[in-house]
Amino acid sequence: MTSNLVTKPKHTDPTPPEADAVSETPPRDAVRPPRKPHLEASRRGGRKVEKAKVSVRGLNFFYGEKQALMDNTLDIAEGKVTAFIGPSGCGKSTHIRTYNRMYDLYKGQRAEGEILMDGVNILSPEISSLELRHRIGMIFQKPTPFPMSVFDNVAYGLRLRGNMPKSELEGRVEQALKDAALWDQVQDDLHKPGTDLSGGQQQRLCIARAIAVEPEVILMDEPCSALDPIATGKIEELIEEFRGRYTVVIVTHNMQQAARVSDYTAFFYIGKLVEFGDTDTIFTNPRKQQTEDYITGRFG
Amino acid sequence: MAVHIDTRRRVLINKLVMGVSTGAALAGLTMLVWILGDVALKGLSAINWDFFTKLPAPPGEEGGGLANAIVGTLILTVAAALIAVPFGVLAGTYLAEFGKTEKLGAAVRYVSDILVSAPSIVIGVFAYLVIVIPMGNFSGWAGAVALAIIMIPVVTRTTEEMLRLVPIEMREATLALGAPYWKMMLGVIYRAAATGMTTGILLAVARVSGETAPLLFTSLNSPYWLESLNEPIANLTVTLFNYAMSPYEDWQTMAWGAAFLITSSVLALTVFSRIILMKRMR
Repeated sequence: MTSNLVTKPKHTDPTPPEADAVSETPPRDAVRPPRKPHLEASRRGGRKVEKAKVSVRGLNFFYGEKQALMDNTLDIAEGKVTAFIGPSGCGKSTHIRTYNRMYDLYKGQRAEGEILMDGVNILSPEISSLELRHRIGMIFQKPTPFPMSVFDNVAYGLRLRGNMPKSELEGRVEQALKDAALWDQVQDDLHKPGTDLSGGQQQRLCIARAIAVEPEVILMDEPCSALDPIATGKIEELIEEFRGRYTVVIVTHNMQQAARVSDYTAFFYIGKLVEFGDTDTIFTNPRKQQTEDYITGRFG
Repeated sequence: MAVHIDTRRRVLINKLVMGVSTGAALAGLTMLVWILGDVALKGLSAINWDFFTKLPAPPGEEGGGLANAIVGTLILTVAAALIAVPFGVLAGTYLAEFGKTEKLGAAVRYVSDILVSAPSIVIGVFAYLVIVIPMGNFSGWAGAVALAIIMIPVVTRTTEEMLRLVPIEMREATLALGAPYWKMMLGVIYRAAATGMTTGILLAVARVSGETAPLLFTSLNSPYWLESLNEPIANLTVTLFNYAMSPYEDWQTMAWGAAFLITSSVLALTVFSRIILMKRMR
């Protein structure tokens, strides 16, 4: 059995992982193979980026002095759902918050390494975080409807991107609400405050707001942890719908959720990417003992 | 080996403390009702149409009103708010958004807190020194500035607190859509904090509309209609002060009327701001 850290998910790539990614470490050992320069990793990834939307290479992240991510390297497949699992504080959220440079907001937080989106390093200072965020939508743990009407909530991102005819704006708001499975419940109350909706509806409103601008990637940071099981089920149905249309990355504490909705799963532990692969393999035949212990509930 | 608990003693102490607390609350309330009742009783008799429409009559003459003082107080308060609100809101924004960890932020916060509790007469003397003396005369502007100085720290701190109540997720969600920071503040965050900030402003207005000491040194008073903010301006509180001290009975009645008007306006403002705050918390 091999321990391949940057492997392309198996069913999309019939060729075996490159030899240089294979670790000699026995599967029970949690120690990762020696670090490789990320350029090399990039080249290695380069051969299999055919369907990679985001390629993370040697990503380190720091909260001031404290390092929170260590040498994360993985590919996010285009049009697929990738789940990040791991115990609290393991860096899953920190990791996805680098994709849209959310950390720019805070002093002392910085990322090193490369995150290539369509081949362009989005961590480069030349890339405007505002434009980046136009391409990457994000859903948060707590539903965050803005203090305005349902319509204005969904239109907010569209209006940021400049003026458009009223009819087009209305059409796109309607479409986004339909895609978020919310239209039927709010079509008569578009002028009512978004905060009047239930928790699950609020989260779908946030999803509508994010997809209204047709992002390429949607980041979901524990989108269901504040919701009841029914509302959670609806969000999961949406994620199913998004497959093929958007590249989705979802952080979740709920392992069943990861198993249900994702194509690929990454397991993080204390800032390190322990194992990454297609979801079926991770959940049925993990290579690392740590992964197995976590998904079987022995820790975390 | 059960621990012995003297339940009777506990119940007794509980009753005693409850009784004393209730008594203290009632005493405070009694004072308030007494003051309000007294002011209403004596003030209402002075309130009539003339009170709101006519200039003060000379002592001994029948009739007359405080129309100029009412208008003066309104103008002073509005002018003070126009000066103080932009300063206060911007300073509060700095404290909540940018000055959280900065030394300057801590300094501004500290100074604001001192300024909130500074005696208003000191602020009156300050405005007298920096505006009245250089200008050479008492003026409406000096009064407005003095009142604004009292308002600024109140508006600053309420703005800061209300902005801080807006969850960080709201900011991140707005920025994640690609909004620049300033658009986030204007379009989402101020809106989320609007009711609280309005309440803070109204409470600041209520506080200064009853101030007398800062105006004694700045706007002084005037028996005439206001012509320009560059000259002394009539206002209710100083008029109340002067009339109450006067030996003339009809002036004293007028003073009660002014007292009633000020008290009920401040009360109305305070109650109104509480109501909008409660509506927000619903």
